[in-house]
Amino acid sequence: MSETPRSYGHPGITDPVDERPSATGSFRIPSDLTKQVDPDLSNQQIDLAKELAEAGIDDVFTILDQELIGLIPVKTRIREIASLLLVEHLRRKLGLSGDAPTLHMSFTGNPGTGKTTVALRMAEILHRLGFVRKGHLVSVTRDDLVGQYIGHTAPKTKEILKKAMGGVLFIDEAYYLYRPENERDYGQEAIEILLQVMENQRGDLVVILAGYAERMEKFFASNPGFRSRIAHHIDFPDYDHGELLAIGELILAKQNYKLSEAARDALARYIVARKTQPHFANARSIRNALDRARLRQANRLVRGAGRSKITGEDLTIIDAADLLASRVFGREAAMQSSLSEETESNFD
Amino acid sequence: MRVTQGCFSFLPDLTDDQIRAQVQYCIDSGWAVNIEFTDDPHPRNTYWEMWSLPMFDIQDAAAVMMELADCRKVYGGLYIRISGFDSTAGWESVKLSFIVNRPQEEPGFHLARQEASGRNLRYTTHPYATDLPEGQRYNGHSANSSNNSQ
Repeated sequence: MSETPRSYGHPGITDPVDERPSATGSFRIPSDLTKQVDPDLSNQQIDLAKELAEAGIDDVFTILDQELIGLIPVKTRIREIASLLLVEHLRRKLGLSGDAPTLHMSFTGNPGTGKTTVALRMAEILHRLGFVRKGHLVSVTRDDLVGQYIGHTAPKTKEILKKAMGGVLFIDEAYYLYRPENERDYGQEAIEILLQVMENQRGDLVVILAGYAERMEKFFASNPGFRSRIAHHIDFPDYDHGELLAIGELILAKQNYKLSEAARDALARYIVARKTQPHFANARSIRNALDRARLRQANRLVRGAGRSKITGEDLTIIDAADLLASRVFGREAAMQSSLSEETESNFD
Repeated sequence: MRVTQGCFSFLPDLTDDQIRAQVQYCIDSGWAVNIEFTDDPHPRNTYWEMWSLPMFDIQDAAAVMMELADCRKVYGGLYIRISGFDSTAGWESVKLSFIVNRPQEEPGFHLARQEASGRNLRYTTHPYATDLPEGQRYNGHSANSSNNSQ
């Protein structure tokens, strides 16, 4: 060590400083929660109801119940997870548990069954209970994780993981990450990085994988590392007719529309007919159908503009004709339609 | 000698939790966080090498701590600093920068005198570390430590 030239730098502090990295992988517990274990646990009085109210998860459940129709098994499962988290939270307060629980999940179900919406709520629940620090949801697919050439994948995957830190990473159609037919596929690299971060930084982010049930099953079978790192497998059932009708009405109500009596019958019939056709995507199909019904309603109003005055109420009402014009009801109905065939570019 | 520069230079080196808190402050202020490293301790050496890309759209300091841990694995024997860049129009500059890693031994500086015209003397500082070529400084604690373990 040479003598310090006094003219440069700050010579005052020379104490050796401990620079060893602290346990960055472990979950950071707010300092007020790190209490010593009470020797007599039976003395501890715990007001669960109060804790529940404090965490504010009841609000999330209320929203969940209002916004999501049906999905009873999913809601039950989420309540169970929330209870587990709450108890874990309390145990941690008493210094009873050390390690952060594994919270990675897999959501399986057909398209349009509400996986993304539930993931969003899940992020909020985890945030309110203090299991993720920020509670944002980063929703990605294979394209966002896997690169196009050698050396492109790792930075890309890491970029996304960094973005999701402190929140929830939602990987839609996760099975596309693994393509067994192409052994040079870069998906495997993304999977390895994901697994590593899922294991080492459990406290920093929660990963939710989503996709169709059978293909997810295959994906897990070929990537056993994923299955063992995922604690909660939640299956999303398809909606029945009544639920789909209720969803349709909820979507319209949010946009300040309503169905006339005849239109409600038409929608019920539409749902029955649409369900038998290919590419049925549950709530998403209903939303698309209603979007097109709005288009027809607008068209109907504009064409009728010269003949009669309309009221504000007319602007909010979807009529049976707007729905019956759909191609789903077959050729004849389409012929009577006010819209030409071309505007109905796809099946929904 | 202990090289100091940037913010908190009058404090002992920050612990990881303190670094995390500062980084979170940068993120919450909307600044992009960068990790840079160098093996040239001269105070006028402003252009340090960058570790990966600037982190613009992250929400949590854990992401930076992960990159910092990676950077330390490779360049743990060199100087590493973290800076927060404010991209707001009108600012567009680094608003905070501090050293988060330093070599175990810092050999310090040599004061060089140059006799100029007349009886003038010019002074300059010269870091002993830069007597060795890049990559071999600080006992080869850098990425290429296997090449120069002699």
